[in-house]
Amino acid sequence: MSKLFSEANKAAFSNPLNLDNPVTVQVLGICSALAVTSQLEPAIVMGLSVTVITAFSNVIISLLRKTIPNRIRIIVQLVVVAALVTIVSQMLKAFAYDVSVQLSVYVGLIITNCILMGRLEAFAMQNAPWPSFLDGIGNGLGYAIILVIVGFVRELFGFGTLFGINIIPQSWYVSNGGWYMDNGMMVMPAMSLIIVGCVIWAHRSINKEAK
Amino acid sequence: MEHMISLFVRSIFVDNMIFAFFLGMCSYLAVSKNVKTAFGLGIAVTFVLLVTVPVDYLLQTKLLGPDCLVEGVDLSFLAFILFIAVIAGIVQLVEMIVERFSPSLYASLGIFLPLIAVNCAIMGASLFMQQRISMEPTNAQFIGGVGDSIAYALGSGIGWLLAIVGLAAIREKMAYTDVPKPLQGLGITFITVGLMAMAFMCFSGLNI
Repeated sequence: MSKLFSEANKAAFSNPLNLDNPVTVQVLGICSALAVTSQLEPAIVMGLSVTVITAFSNVIISLLRKTIPNRIRIIVQLVVVAALVTIVSQMLKAFAYDVSVQLSVYVGLIITNCILMGRLEAFAMQNAPWPSFLDGIGNGLGYAIILVIVGFVRELFGFGTLFGINIIPQSWYVSNGGWYMDNGMMVMPAMSLIIVGCVIWAHRSINKEAK
Repeated sequence: MEHMISLFVRSIFVDNMIFAFFLGMCSYLAVSKNVKTAFGLGIAVTFVLLVTVPVDYLLQTKLLGPDCLVEGVDLSFLAFILFIAVIAGIVQLVEMIVERFSPSLYASLGIFLPLIAVNCAIMGASLFMQQRISMEPTNAQFIGGVGDSIAYALGSGIGWLLAIVGLAAIREKMAYTDVPKPLQGLGITFITVGLMAMAFMCFSGLNI
């Protein structure tokens, strides 16, 4: 048991959550981090899907790592990931159809999410299945955290809601005689870039002090 | 023909891969440090798009769609695996061509050339194409033939090229500015791209 949760394994799991975050530090998987975050619910579903796929593709590649010929490894990795994504996409269509419509092509684009390829290349190809699994979960959650932060800010200020429930009191709105208005800019794609930029800024200033 | 031109122009400005859909961001941010390399990668991406999207279009309509191969069988859930295999194969080909004809570009693109295979812009274009086949023919985004898919691929590629060359030019100038320390590098690049995306929002009403 102690071997399963050794220092190195703990680091593999917890580093990507903060110090080595895949989005803000390693700059991987930006595309979907920006596109699906206009509301909180798709952001969470996307984060969980990526976590599951990263973890299991890491395990599969790690099991196969000694048998994959070096020259064709990218194609092997892509096929494994594509198969897993197909499963997740079909599951979403069956059990969470509304969200899968909202996510549209971005579920399929998990295949080309750089986090997956980055972790497969950098970690799963050299490590045993169990640390790879932890690494996958850690990186997936690190990615999910950023998605949730951006989704939270954009939904709260763009629509005045969280998970589709009104947070800002109706009487505050200008149309009801108040002073508040939703910020339409937040819903636009451009703002997600700027918010992620600010998250990176904050993350780097905090970590610099911590070091 | 008009529809093809409209599709082409729209995919450059309105449905821009970077500014409207954030596809291909990883290499977009990493390779946009100087204009020359950025231009090279842009051309490579355009070329790969130009080959893969029509091939994937034919696969989708002749092989995967409902009732294509066998009556009553819809194989479109296999699209992910098939599309990515086509893309990986073509990227391998492009890599060999670039290595043979332009070793200096090959060296400067480095790892990002094989990584075009996992560039979201390529896979994204194929998936959007798949989505657009089932749209109403009157829709400005409808893709109804190989010609349309070529126009869409070329437009998307040029849009991506435009975006990466633009960012590279800005970043070359930005090297001389005084940016707060934690914001340097990635942070400021994101904010720059955000401002560029806002500028591109003006095109959203464009209609031809």
